[in-house]
Amino acid sequence: MMEASSLSKILYIDLDNKRYWIKERPELFKEWLGGVGVGIKLLSEECPKNIDPLSGENPIIFAIGYFNGIYPLASKTVALFKSPLTGNLGESHAGGRCGLAIRMAGYGAIVIKGSSDYPIYLVIDENGVKFRDASTLWGMSSTTAVGRILREKEGIPGIRSIMRIGRAGEKMIPYACVITETFRTFGRLGLGAVFGSKKLKAIIISGRDSLKVKDPRGYRNIYDELYNSFIKSGAMKKYHDIGTSMNVTSLNLISSLPVRNLQKTKFEGINELSGEALAEKFLGRRIACAHCPVSCIHVATLRIPYENEPYFYRIKMIPYDYEPIYALGCMLDIRSAEGFLKIMDRVEELGLDAISTGVILAWATECMEKGIITTKETDGLLLKWGDYETYIEAINRIVEMKGEFYEALSKGVEYASSKYGGKDFALSFGGNEMPGYHCGLATHIGFLVGMRHSHLDNAGYDIDQKLNAEGKKPNPKEIAKMIFEEESWRQVLSSLVVCFFSRKVYTPEVISRCFSVIGIDITPSQLKEKGIEILREKYKFKVREGFSFEKLRIPKRILETPTPQGILREEDIREGIMEYKKLLEGK
Amino acid sequence: MVKRISVVDVDLCVGCQLCMFACNRRFAEAGISRAAIFVQSVGGIERGFIIRVCRACKDPPCAKVCPTGAISKREGGGVRIDHKKCIACGNCMKNCLIGAIFWDKSLNKPIVCTYCGYCVNYCPYGVIKLEEI
Repeated sequence: MMEASSLSKILYIDLDNKRYWIKERPELFKEWLGGVGVGIKLLSEECPKNIDPLSGENPIIFAIGYFNGIYPLASKTVALFKSPLTGNLGESHAGGRCGLAIRMAGYGAIVIKGSSDYPIYLVIDENGVKFRDASTLWGMSSTTAVGRILREKEGIPGIRSIMRIGRAGEKMIPYACVITETFRTFGRLGLGAVFGSKKLKAIIISGRDSLKVKDPRGYRNIYDELYNSFIKSGAMKKYHDIGTSMNVTSLNLISSLPVRNLQKTKFEGINELSGEALAEKFLGRRIACAHCPVSCIHVATLRIPYENEPYFYRIKMIPYDYEPIYALGCMLDIRSAEGFLKIMDRVEELGLDAISTGVILAWATECMEKGIITTKETDGLLLKWGDYETYIEAINRIVEMKGEFYEALSKGVEYASSKYGGKDFALSFGGNEMPGYHCGLATHIGFLVGMRHSHLDNAGYDIDQKLNAEGKKPNPKEIAKMIFEEESWRQVLSSLVVCFFSRKVYTPEVISRCFSVIGIDITPSQLKEKGIEILREKYKFKVREGFSFEKLRIPKRILETPTPQGILREEDIREGIMEYKKLLEGK
Repeated sequence: MVKRISVVDVDLCVGCQLCMFACNRRFAEAGISRAAIFVQSVGGIERGFIIRVCRACKDPPCAKVCPTGAISKREGGGVRIDHKKCIACGNCMKNCLIGAIFWDKSLNKPIVCTYCGYCVNYCPYGVIKLEEI
């Protein structure tokens, strides 16, 4: 049995030579907390400067933190790597079971280096790593099938996670993701492609350990306090009831929902694709991540009749969340829930990032609308808003890279628009496709300055919504300060690693007390300092790989379509960015 | 009256596994190695879950195959394990049809539910309950 206060084991796996070793590095965790903190240190150590993200030199780091396995809602794992999409810092978080499986197997982090010369999968437990031939699984069209086969083959010891890639990862599409537990993903920035480049099809990890705490009574008390905050206070109810898809209605209401490649912000398919409508007509099951009572994972049941076989149905279980509805629904103006679910299903089975895929297709559709491309480029496909069947075919062609145009789409919207034009409405920030918010100034400053260029970095959209509700005028300087505070604090949360949904319960004071009962003394202000330090480490990595705030491209489209704060001005955005830079650099 | 944990409605289970962590906290430990209840998916999360926990058989097969009498019948149903008598042969585990006997690796002894009901307090959706047999 391990001490809860001793997170130290790092599992190194070398795919070139099919060997592994374990290093005890307790000081690294003491200093950098775990999760993203330890992860960025390991990435900086292991990733040589300026390497090709799809070469064997690119390491994959999985890291968890002190709270995994100990406190509820600490159910996340952080992955760090060099992104093949942006050519810079790749960071992705996932829930499911993997965070708990890694902790219960006794590890704090896993570092995967090199690449295999044939497809393999890894079986990891407390005893180490087994390297298994995955040739049979390579090329399989469904990630669900891969999960089923491995589940059957490898049994059920303890809490177990099965991470795997689909065709998109195998083909090294730079926005391919890694699917875990069928319905959760390491999305954004292309971890799936890095798996693919290493011929790493899947990782199964399981564990069943326990952890000793320093103050058992205190531990049980604080656990109950947390449990009551999460369950009895109703704080998590919205995530449990409708789930994140409740945002479709609320963002549409305040005209902040990007529709048709952000040509507009009101969605005419709202009655079909709102979270409420999906729950009423399609919700089949709600699922939780390990050690989280909230169960925000909403899975739709879709019954699809076979065309040539009466009374035969295909029953599909398809997960949905706000971001995929935005990207694969609203951005493509899909006004049929079934249509959206079918696209979603395809994207999941192939293992693509839903946000990037939707944004890329929306750009391509607008290009066609404007005559920038024709059916000549698309090889006969007429892309038009709402036509989900054509979109599904386009997605298949992207993954198989059929012809020059689809190959360009397979590299992301930044690349495709530099080749074909239409840059003004190519919605990406720092090379990463845009998330589903157009709430105002803080939203877009947040996307631009965020280390992942994701809505999750600093939730600028949340700042805007608060400002808008209070009728306050946004000020770039103040926004930069708020974003900086939020983003640096989020480094602490993603070092523990707790879900961002729990951020209102896991305050600096609460976290400090949680640490104390397991035998670690750290004050709320020390925690906040750590967050800033971790953020700066990430920035250091980004600068090393060529990032600069000055070079950030601002897509014209976000300045054309009004936000609830009106039309945004580029100079305000630039001012916010430079202000953020000053704070980050400590000037 | 003797009690047992019963699964009220497995379709309400979201697979959060909080019951497992609760069971382990009886020993004031985090983690799951000493849990006597286990939640797992039925061939994939999309198909729902099963909950493995002792259902307190009236005539428990596990007790019948214990060579040392370490497992004794509890009056009214269910069993008790006397770790002192247990030689860790694992017969009980192999003979539990629903896989509700687990193994404590650090002690090298079987684990079975003690029907205390602590886990029930942490099931937010009323999937399990403590009931009189």
